[in-house]
Amino acid sequence: MMLRTEPFVVNIGPQHPSSHGLFRLRVTLDGEVVKDLELVLGYLHRGIEKLAEGRTYTQNITLTDRLDYLAQMTNNWAYVIAVEKLAGIKVPERAEYLRVIIGEMMRLSSHLCFIGFFLNELGAYFTPLFYMFRDREKIIDLFDMVCGQRLNYNYMRVGGVSHDIPEEFVPALKRLLDEMPRLIDEYEQLLSGNEILLARTKKVGILTKEKAINCSASGPVLRASGVKWDIRKVDPYSVYDRFDFEIPVGSVGDVYDRYWVRVQEMRQSVRILKQALEQLPKGETKAEVPFLLRPPVGDAYGRIEGPKGELGFYLVSDNSIAPYRWHVRPPALLNLTALRELAIGWKLADAIVIFGSLDTILGEVDR
Amino acid sequence: MTVMEQFRNWLAGAMPDWAAYILAFIVGVVAILIFALVMIIVFVYIERRVVGRFQVRLGPNRCGPEGIFQLIADAIKVFGKEDIVPSKGDFWVHFLAPIVTFVPALMIFAVVPFHRGAVFTDLDVGILYVVAISSISVVGIFMAGWGSNNKYSLIAALRAVAQAVSYELPVVLSVVGVILLTGTLSLNKIVEVQTIPLFLLTPLGFLIFFLGTMAEINRSPFDLLEAESEIVAGYQMEYSGMKWVLFYMGEYGHALAASSIITTLFLSGWKGPLLPPFLWFLIKVLIVFFIFMWARATVPRLRVDQLTAFAWKCLLPMALINLVLIAAEVIWFPEMLPWMMVVVNFAVAGVLILLWSRLFALGGGRVEV
Amino acid sequence: MTVALGVEAVARKVAETFPVTTITTDRDALIVPPESLLQVAQYLKDTPGFDFGYLTCLTAVDYTDYFEVVYHLTSLKHNHSLVLKTRCYDREKPTVPSVVSLWQGADLQEREAYDLMGIVFSGHPNLKRLFLWEGFPGYPLRRDYL
Repeated sequence: MMLRTEPFVVNIGPQHPSSHGLFRLRVTLDGEVVKDLELVLGYLHRGIEKLAEGRTYTQNITLTDRLDYLAQMTNNWAYVIAVEKLAGIKVPERAEYLRVIIGEMMRLSSHLCFIGFFLNELGAYFTPLFYMFRDREKIIDLFDMVCGQRLNYNYMRVGGVSHDIPEEFVPALKRLLDEMPRLIDEYEQLLSGNEILLARTKKVGILTKEKAINCSASGPVLRASGVKWDIRKVDPYSVYDRFDFEIPVGSVGDVYDRYWVRVQEMRQSVRILKQALEQLPKGETKAEVPFLLRPPVGDAYGRIEGPKGELGFYLVSDNSIAPYRWHVRPPALLNLTALRELAIGWKLADAIVIFGSLDTILGEVDR
Repeated sequence: MTVMEQFRNWLAGAMPDWAAYILAFIVGVVAILIFALVMIIVFVYIERRVVGRFQVRLGPNRCGPEGIFQLIADAIKVFGKEDIVPSKGDFWVHFLAPIVTFVPALMIFAVVPFHRGAVFTDLDVGILYVVAISSISVVGIFMAGWGSNNKYSLIAALRAVAQAVSYELPVVLSVVGVILLTGTLSLNKIVEVQTIPLFLLTPLGFLIFFLGTMAEINRSPFDLLEAESEIVAGYQMEYSGMKWVLFYMGEYGHALAASSIITTLFLSGWKGPLLPPFLWFLIKVLIVFFIFMWARATVPRLRVDQLTAFAWKCLLPMALINLVLIAAEVIWFPEMLPWMMVVVNFAVAGVLILLWSRLFALGGGRVEV
Repeated sequence: MTVALGVEAVARKVAETFPVTTITTDRDALIVPPESLLQVAQYLKDTPGFDFGYLTCLTAVDYTDYFEVVYHLTSLKHNHSLVLKTRCYDREKPTVPSVVSLWQGADLQEREAYDLMGIVFSGHPNLKRLFLWEGFPGYPLRRDYL
């Protein structure tokens, strides 16, 4: 005698403590097992791409802040790289080093947030989140020192950066970098060996190498599946070819590997920051760029390795002060392509954990 | 002669017997209710401060000196909330669920010995009563999940039933170990018999009872009923106002009751040098509760199939082996020195835990859809 | 460094293999008519020497006479990249074949292009609007919207 069961549809709805932003998952459940998954996006769609067509190139930098709102200066950086490619502007060296320093600090801050929220979803009841935010506060205080803002920085400009760093920045950053490795060790000791974490994340949601490449995954998600592809190494932009750092690559591609890759990337960021601080030259921080920039007719695709993945901007210009087409290549959206196949067959709790491990920020997905 | 009986006899000097009986009963009930409710509020306050310190922050410290009036402020706020009832849910099931969940927690205190001879009623089947009563609250949780007409609550309710049923068995088996050692079911006599605390004599039983009770009262790491990140408050989701407060207090009431039972069975209740026994009881209850809070603030949460696997494949066999071991010791070596028994039991417990941690995998893989 | 392949050489090789189609080159992009897009894409993905197995970006641009769908392809093996463009001259119902069968990463990006530009991708398994709701009038990212 077989029990007649019926799958039912649950909305992991727009109001939920663990959606990273505002989105909806329509999950068809059979008991606790996920049978089907559907993404419903668009709750945070503000039409940024259309708005950008009516603003000048410099004004659009403020729009890029609102994309991935946990790692904002890297968005600025990707955009100004695209504009510089389009208009053929060269950036002075001190500006490049400052960009690298700020970019790597941004990566640290974003990965700290990721660890906090990821463990929140696993149920550790906010404790790691508070520890991570304590350290993130120190980083954000440094940003406050540089550009006066704690959230929407708007720091990069076409041809350089907007302000030079004050004198107290470098000693403060050195103090932070001295204690950061010890803190990362402490977090790894408490978290990476925890049996419950290992039982919940090992072998869960495995993304194979071929699938990851086919689904255009990028960033830590791609590297956790075993593909050694980091834009900073394969297509170095700015001055990344002058630093010595490694690329952590996972082996299996499960949720634990995605977490582990990000923790190791934090260590490599600290390494790059130390080298950049030593090599920081003197000079000017912004190239001479006309007030209303008119790039020549053409198109360009500029990209960086952001904390979430490969962030790219595709710009088309028709020699006017505003771009003709302004398109973002969002790493978070493309990492979500594989979510359906990853989550089917697992339990509801695992589906949330898998989604959290892809590190999605809805501002970038919806634009 | 328990304190209740002495009190009753003292009253019987001034009024007929039946009046003395009823008056003593009412006074006893009021005393226990005051104790339980005040302790629940103290527990909530302690939890918020201590978990705050675990999380590198202060707890509530604005309302009154060091925040002791915070809970009163919360209670006043909650009284003013609107009572929302889902229109398509079953009204009576929805209404009665908080009561069915909260009251059994209070009923357990009827048999807990607080002081030398201070037990409300010295039931001869004390432990059986406790085990039976604590199973009723699961029905309340299921009623809450069903009557809310909400899929999340239903998922939570079914998880709760699975969890409670799975963890009853190891808990009861470890209690049987205690009964074999002390030879009585009455909680009062169990405390009086303990010359050394029983957790030294049955370390494995103590651990199994501790973990099993933590799972029964739905505390982290077994708290997937109210797993905030997945099913957002689970069975409590559709409750507001006073009914929700009953659930909340029920959770801490169960924690208090569980701590009291653990203290009584394994930590020798109110016994201790120097300080008055009631104070020792409170101190031990607070220590047990501190360990509950420590686990909640530190450890992530298990998944539901891992939870049931842990109960059936790990705790239950160990509880059976523990029972056989205790029975063997009691029957064949009744004159064994307590200290020898402690050493033997600790050794066996250590070996078993090592063995199980090697062999047992909290797997749960993917189901082919 | 990711080398952007010289389009002239690629255009010649592709024209040899598919003599029927008209391959033109922009300054740094290969332009293919929509009818032969799928075959050229398949050829670029499978031929050893090209191996474009990674679709970096898929966009649509509205030049007022025509719609242009831009594909940025990368090869992880050889570390070179290529830009592939296709132009569709129909304003009413522009149709372009879908490349989801080759690169699954095109799934959500094609839905976005359909949602915001109105370009229909034939062969897409689930062509629904992604950000806006069904029944939204018009396609916002077109130049003649507002």
